[in-house]
Amino acid sequence: MGNNPVATPQYEYGVVKQFTVMTVIWGIVGMAVGVLIASQLAWPALNFDLPWLTYSRLRPLHTNAVIFAFGGCALMATSLYVVQRTCQTTLFAPGLAKFVFWGWQLVILAAAITLPLGFTSSKEYAELEWPIDILIAVVWVAYAVVFFGTIAKRTTSHIYVANWFYGAFIVTVALLHIVNSLAMPVSLFKSYSVYSGAIDAMVQWWYGHNAVGFFLTAGFLGMMYYFVPKQAGRPVYSYRLSIVHFWALISIYMWAGPHHLHYSALPDWAQSLGMVFSLVLLAPSWGGMINGIMTLSGAWEKLRDDPVIRFLIVALSFYGMSTFEGPMMSIKTVNALSHNTDWTVGHVHSGALGWVAMISIGSIYALVPWLYGKKQMHNVGLVNTHFWLATIGTVLYIASMWVAGISQGLMWRAVNPEDGSLTYTFIESIKATYPYYIVRAAGGLVFLSGMFLMAYNVFKTMTTPVTSTNTAAQPA
Amino acid sequence: MTGTDFTQGWVNGWIIAIVLINLLGCLWLLWWTRKRPEDHIAEGESMGHSFDGIEELNNPLPHWWLNLFYFTIAFAFIYLTLYPGWGDAKGMLGWTSHNQWEMEVEKANNRFDRVFKDYAAIPVEELAKDPQAVKIGQRLFGNNCALCHGSDARGNLGYPNLVDNDWLYGGSADQIVASITHGRNAMMPPGGGLPMTEQDVLDMTAYVLTLSGRKGSGNADAAKAKFAVCSACHGADGTGNPALGGPNLTDNIWLYGGTEKAIIETLTLGRQGKMPAFKDTLGEEKIHVLAAYVYSLSM
Repeated sequence: MGNNPVATPQYEYGVVKQFTVMTVIWGIVGMAVGVLIASQLAWPALNFDLPWLTYSRLRPLHTNAVIFAFGGCALMATSLYVVQRTCQTTLFAPGLAKFVFWGWQLVILAAAITLPLGFTSSKEYAELEWPIDILIAVVWVAYAVVFFGTIAKRTTSHIYVANWFYGAFIVTVALLHIVNSLAMPVSLFKSYSVYSGAIDAMVQWWYGHNAVGFFLTAGFLGMMYYFVPKQAGRPVYSYRLSIVHFWALISIYMWAGPHHLHYSALPDWAQSLGMVFSLVLLAPSWGGMINGIMTLSGAWEKLRDDPVIRFLIVALSFYGMSTFEGPMMSIKTVNALSHNTDWTVGHVHSGALGWVAMISIGSIYALVPWLYGKKQMHNVGLVNTHFWLATIGTVLYIASMWVAGISQGLMWRAVNPEDGSLTYTFIESIKATYPYYIVRAAGGLVFLSGMFLMAYNVFKTMTTPVTSTNTAAQPA
Repeated sequence: MTGTDFTQGWVNGWIIAIVLINLLGCLWLLWWTRKRPEDHIAEGESMGHSFDGIEELNNPLPHWWLNLFYFTIAFAFIYLTLYPGWGDAKGMLGWTSHNQWEMEVEKANNRFDRVFKDYAAIPVEELAKDPQAVKIGQRLFGNNCALCHGSDARGNLGYPNLVDNDWLYGGSADQIVASITHGRNAMMPPGGGLPMTEQDVLDMTAYVLTLSGRKGSGNADAAKAKFAVCSACHGADGTGNPALGGPNLTDNIWLYGGTEKAIIETLTLGRQGKMPAFKDTLGEEKIHVLAAYVYSLSM
């Protein structure tokens, strides 16, 4: 594709390689903690009566590790690669990019130490205490300088759509993080939020849902917009669709947070806005799925031949499914059933495993051979095995949590017709959930096992010497 | 919480404005990206720019997708008008989450109050023999009491066993109803209110153990005189005082454990027991049926 007459710049790949390797490592760590806490829910003795191994401390470690360590490294690796190649220029301030890498690893390390020790701000997905929050803000601003600096010195006339999404993700996450983390420190390890009551809850879920919208959606859509057309060797389906769904997505996501606070002390009008904007969000969300999947039109056979494409397209399918499920769950009457049940946990994981992890895994399988000058991954068969492990693991996880969550919701609301008392006690609903907790842990274990194959395969691809037959390996 | 507690007056107009800008902006975006006759790039053709080899086609927005988008925006306008949504304006239906809750409670009360009213006329002792009433009481117990007293009502460390006929505050029907209605607050100060050295605690523990016919490692006789202070709640002979909830120390039933170690802990740290009041959550009539169930456990 595209015979470019301009000489190819000497792209800066060092930091991209570092982030790529750490994506795989943090993926294994974060998912392993996930499997441990899923097992603790089925077999509580697995906390070994150690405070720093209890569910309450490891759960935030799991969420922070998979979102910010695994997902964050994947986004930083791919964005710093994509922005150079689509702007046809080298990285702006490569020294600062090195700081972004080491700073981000320091943040992750600090999280991995402080969370099990019990230091927490108690805000979901924003548990880290204030000194780490400041470090995050500094590293993030440096990341923004590198990314937007590179865009500013681009040699192409337009800014490619992938960079719009990466850019929106970088700007908005900075805003979300700084506003939600504003706090009054009382000691090095303890602070109190500057917000209180219903406003604190609203700020927290404005942050929480936009972390989903911008970290876990917009960022990974940026990844999708480069790796799907590149790996498929096809043009993006619709430029117009990308304009519409980009602007609609980033503006409408901002309102969706209150659907986490239905039937709470939040004013009714704010709850209404949260619900209707979540519904309006359906079409813009699906815009990305349509554009990604239709990019493959005319090359459907690749779905059969190329396991990397299979990862990317199945990720888009899970994305479409969970962005349909989300608006549905935000409808108040549905939420009255689903809220506080494991359905929510299943929904999050259809996004986290099915979309975020699969699109990242697929992109890294495409990226690693390009970075190391290989034709393809060391063992394509293993990529295919990983694909099936990831798919089966995700399906086991989601399906078991659907059944568990809907059972819980129905049991909690069941009322005896003769006296109006609740039919089931809480403990009975836990007993009913128990078998699905085992299935869920098994699903997580299957997913995790695929990550080990990936680590092996990435390592071998990196270290096997380039032979004369596969030197011409740059993406054409 | 009303809207004005959450926001100041001018904020409402501001919120209405940005909601409108956002929704109408989406419609404008859909209009702006429509098929235009003056477009110089035909549908399905490349836009003409290429990024690292990636081109973009000029395909139209799918019809079904456009209709979905229009439908959800129309729904947004309708819903925000019917329900609270434009700033803190009330919706046309007059709905609030608070009045929805009130209506549901009223509906349930209308339907079920009769059941409990009939039972209210029957004394607790009689009702405890009615299998249907006991079954209803057990369900109330499962959802309100089992968390502390256990689903079999046999209690737990710090939470009394309700089936052993040993009562801290008395086991008559009236006393049970009073315990559930108003709750109970128990407080044993460290050392029974006396300053105690470790040796004093050990001696007093030995004395307490003799009350149930056992021996401890301390000197029971040395503590005997000091027990006068304890007897204010536990009685001079250690058999307790239901009026104050002072436990009987002679019956070998222990709320916080009866080993020497557990008694030392109780004496050293003191104990606080709290049974919450259910007057407002359950109401008089349901408490009546619940008390019948609890009463039936030791019949």
